[in-house]
Amino acid sequence: MTDLSATQGAARPWGKIALRWGLYVLLGLFALYYLVPLFVMVTTSLKSLDEIRSGSLIALPRDVTFDAWAKAWSGACTGIQCEGLRPYFFNSIAMAIPAVMISTVIGAMNGYVVAQWKFRGANIIFSLLLFGCFIPFQVVLLPMAKMLGVLGMAGTIPGLIMVHVIYGIGFTTLFFRNYYVTIPVELVKAAKIDGAGFFRIFWSIFLPLSLPIIVVSVIWQFTQIWNDFLFGVSFSQAGTQPVTVALNNIVNSTTGVKEYNVDMAAAIIAALPTLLVYVVAGKYFIRGLTAGSVKG
Amino acid sequence: MTLWLERHVPKLVLAPSFAAILLFVYGFIAWTGWISLTKSRLMPKYDIEGVQQYTRLFDAPRWDVAMNNLYIFGALFIVIAMVLGLLLAILLDQKIRTEGVLRTIYLYPMALSMIVTGTAWKWILNPGLGLEKVVQGWGFENFKFDWLVNPDYAIYTIVIAAVWQSSGFVMALFLAGLRSVDSEIIKAAQVDGIPTTRIYTAIIIPSMAPIFLSAFIVLSHLAIKSFDLVIAMTNGGPGYATDLPATYMYAMAFSRGDLGQAASSAMIMMLVVFTIVVPYLYSELRTRND
Repeated sequence: MTDLSATQGAARPWGKIALRWGLYVLLGLFALYYLVPLFVMVTTSLKSLDEIRSGSLIALPRDVTFDAWAKAWSGACTGIQCEGLRPYFFNSIAMAIPAVMISTVIGAMNGYVVAQWKFRGANIIFSLLLFGCFIPFQVVLLPMAKMLGVLGMAGTIPGLIMVHVIYGIGFTTLFFRNYYVTIPVELVKAAKIDGAGFFRIFWSIFLPLSLPIIVVSVIWQFTQIWNDFLFGVSFSQAGTQPVTVALNNIVNSTTGVKEYNVDMAAAIIAALPTLLVYVVAGKYFIRGLTAGSVKG
Repeated sequence: MTLWLERHVPKLVLAPSFAAILLFVYGFIAWTGWISLTKSRLMPKYDIEGVQQYTRLFDAPRWDVAMNNLYIFGALFIVIAMVLGLLLAILLDQKIRTEGVLRTIYLYPMALSMIVTGTAWKWILNPGLGLEKVVQGWGFENFKFDWLVNPDYAIYTIVIAAVWQSSGFVMALFLAGLRSVDSEIIKAAQVDGIPTTRIYTAIIIPSMAPIFLSAFIVLSHLAIKSFDLVIAMTNGGPGYATDLPATYMYAMAFSRGDLGQAASSAMIMMLVVFTIVVPYLYSELRTRND
């Protein structure tokens, strides 16, 4: 062992430089691995079908054409209808925005109670809520389908909003609870002595501190709801489907010629909102991802 | 009256969520459990008949395939994603100048819908025009890569796509873990001349045991719930070669009109999640309350 370290000492500068280079090459190769699918999607979406058939998967497009994008947006067939992704994209927006807002507000209030206004049984309720995050949703699909029917919300966007809110509050409560638990209880006590009530304390002490966790919660919920497929495919009908369901219908429709360029353009369109959120607010996205899973 | 209201306002705020969760989570689980004990087919029936849905389920070859696929997919997905994630985290932890950019690149697939991921990989791995053709174009004319349409190998293509999507997330978890290790201990070890590899294997990685557990829980949870990716890539095919419990349940519920089978398969999925998650959540909540 000592011999080894002696020779290592002599060769250190060169060995170190080589190691450093190797490290960067390796990291670069991994970056390629993650980027190639995106690259292939973009280039394929810009090629004509002829070029796709004759050329290589990883070649750059010779003649850039946006026809596939136009078709994916407003002409591709999702079954019998051929209106492209556009109506479904707006369905997803109409579904995601209210569902994100409602579940975040509820989560903030719940988290505030569980962290700062503990009463007997509050911890049990929190545990029950938290456990709801982990159930496989298959176990609620059948009764939910029935319930939505009873409520007259089957196949409607409000129905989907309700489903996403209900199964989202476990996570949003967790986010806010873990954030508010770090705020000293003395603050609340002092405010109470000053005569401030439950909502007053929330409004003037907690809410102003909450911006980061609101961003985390909004991003998490938006990503979850926008990317959801299971609820979308189970509880929607022709015309109310979210964009993920429409994308799958376009890609896996068996009629006509397979148009790979249109499929790829459609996939990118469906991915753009969440990708955009990730690029703009990646830090908060990661915080949301790790919030539930790292002990803290 | 106002005093009473003031005193009970926290409970009143929590009450609607509590009621909703009781009904829509626990009530619904009970309902599914009930249906799994009946002879329900196209319509729910409520006369309890015993466990015959479960015996039917365990006798069904298609369920057998689905469970087998879950083991193969789950094991490979969890192991590969964890190894890759840990490797990436350690590599990134070497004071890399471009760390921010690289981290963004490694993690972006996590922001995509599994339907998008599946669509992309389905295209890349398709035998006619995809990867096969690329490698053939490089001069390896006999190269064949038809896993996507080969019943024996199609499940591995799901693993490829799933690892691509989730390994960056595991990296983020581990990186956070590496950064939270007490830097004083590491400095002391470096001063003592302990080699870097040994610092990792003897000090840093053992101290990250809770993170390994978290990553395992999250990944196994993802594996059991995997549904979208299979639907987008193979739709369970060829035949039902890539069925997972989630797709089996869905097929029974919405295309086969066999509510009894759908309910019993959902309950089995629930049971699998229970056995993994409950001990974890229990220990988490207990240590937090201490």
